[in-house]
Amino acid sequence: MRKPPLLLKDPVWMKILLILISFSFLSLIVIIPLLSIFLQAFAEGWQSYLRALSTFETISAIKLSLLVTMIVVPINILFGLVASWLISKFSFPGRQLLIASIDLPLSVSPVIAGLIFVLLFNSQTTLGHWFIENGFPIIYAIPGIVLATLFVTSPYVVRELIPLLQQLGNDEEEAAHLLGASGLRTFMRVTLPNIKWGLLYGTILCTARALGEFGAVSVVSGNIQGLTNTLPLHVEVLYNEYKFTQAFAVASLLTFIAVVTLTLKTVIELKTGKIQRAG
Amino acid sequence: MKGDCLTKFIYVNKYSKRSVIAGFLPTLSMTLFYLTLIVFIPLSGLLFNTLQMNTSQFLSLVSSPRVQAAFKISFGLSLMAGAISIFFGTIIGWVLTRYRFPGRRVLDAIIDLPFAMPTSVSGITLAALYSEQGWIGSYLNQFGIKVAFTPLGILLALIFVGFPFVVRAVQPALEEIEPEVEEAAACLGATRGQTVRKIIMPQLTPALLTGFALAVARALGEYGSVIFIAGNIPMVSEIVPLLIVIKLEQFDYLGASALALLMLLASLGLLLFINVLHMLLRISYAKTSSAA
Repeated sequence: MRKPPLLLKDPVWMKILLILISFSFLSLIVIIPLLSIFLQAFAEGWQSYLRALSTFETISAIKLSLLVTMIVVPINILFGLVASWLISKFSFPGRQLLIASIDLPLSVSPVIAGLIFVLLFNSQTTLGHWFIENGFPIIYAIPGIVLATLFVTSPYVVRELIPLLQQLGNDEEEAAHLLGASGLRTFMRVTLPNIKWGLLYGTILCTARALGEFGAVSVVSGNIQGLTNTLPLHVEVLYNEYKFTQAFAVASLLTFIAVVTLTLKTVIELKTGKIQRAG
Repeated sequence: MKGDCLTKFIYVNKYSKRSVIAGFLPTLSMTLFYLTLIVFIPLSGLLFNTLQMNTSQFLSLVSSPRVQAAFKISFGLSLMAGAISIFFGTIIGWVLTRYRFPGRRVLDAIIDLPFAMPTSVSGITLAALYSEQGWIGSYLNQFGIKVAFTPLGILLALIFVGFPFVVRAVQPALEEIEPEVEEAAACLGATRGQTVRKIIMPQLTPALLTGFALAVARALGEYGSVIFIAGNIPMVSEIVPLLIVIKLEQFDYLGASALALLMLLASLGLLLFINVLHMLLRISYAKTSSAA
């Protein structure tokens, strides 16, 4: 970033005013809420904080959230690599439409993302009926949670990789090809090392969203305590039962993950020297 | 070896005419397969379910006062939140790109927090903070301002989820503006205010439009961070996503899918509209700059 020349400097009072506005706005809407989560979580001390995190319901919510994330993230990494390769290395009719389709889940309300799977797999549909008959219900069960999470997280890895791959161009891959490398070998030895930071970044965003998704999962889960409650749903249940300290204890866990995500994001940006913008 | 390489070259070229790079067909089929399974088939269910309604069912749903009120609340508050996000988002974007002060990097990282936090966590936090007993809410209450469990609470939650989009759209646009242009304006005797109004704002407009559209689209669909602070009183503070969930809990699948389809079309329409506007702006900007 260039230093603005003297001529372009805003007056000092303006600078102070604008910084003050920014700080007050962010304090009221982000910083104080962030601090209040931890303060309320520890309002009754360390011991009740740990007790809140070690109840049966919380432990099973943590397990379920981790399980769903461990299924969803690898699938998204694979899809992200395949789709971004397709989009950035080839030009074909309908390419723009495909990009728009990949981005589509970002503009779908989480509630609708859950609803579409309920519509598809509820007991009144033939498909849903068949699955339930065979002892494998999709909605109000774990498969539904996985599907809804797959839907909402599917754009994250692809979106990070496409601009990166396009910027890198095809030269290195073409050279590898002429030197006789196979497609897979080219990918592993040439492309992957070039995009590793972008891939890591996309994976982090995807993981954060998979762990934190609330709306879509709440529609498909049926809120069965100890069975289909993920961490964000568990926060809602505790809050609605007026167990505020416990709710904020679980919330603090999720907030910690969010803060770690942002820290990693900043580190990766510094590392790659590129200012990446979410959009 | 040489011949082998050459035949491979020709072979690959026959399959994907535009590139020697391998993997066109496999990646195309895998991508289409996955998208069909996870996105296209499920989303099309929305249309098929809505089409199962007859006209009178659909009309009675759409004309019910509760549904109309929910749509007014959702759209009105989302647009308002978008406008407020533009105001603060531009200031924050300006401060982060143009000024150097301690804590700038932390502030920059914190902007993304609403993206990264689970919406239920943001929801309970804002509700607790802005309720009448909360730290900020009790203070505001002295002035007779009630935030939680009123439309004002919904607005707050929607600003929370929307303003990062504006900041992130504005920042790269501000960085791209060449200092030479501003210098020239200043040399020609423009005041700082004139430079901002006539040089910077026009270049910022497309980014502001994008930020606004993304913020409003996100706000229209937002559920988790709103429901805790909204109070959810029918006709007063009930948003469309919540109404969809209520329909679903009553097993009114057709009603839920009709509302969802309307909502989805509305937000896609908004994004399309802004995209077209964006294009027109770029064309007119290119014209004026080439004329100059």
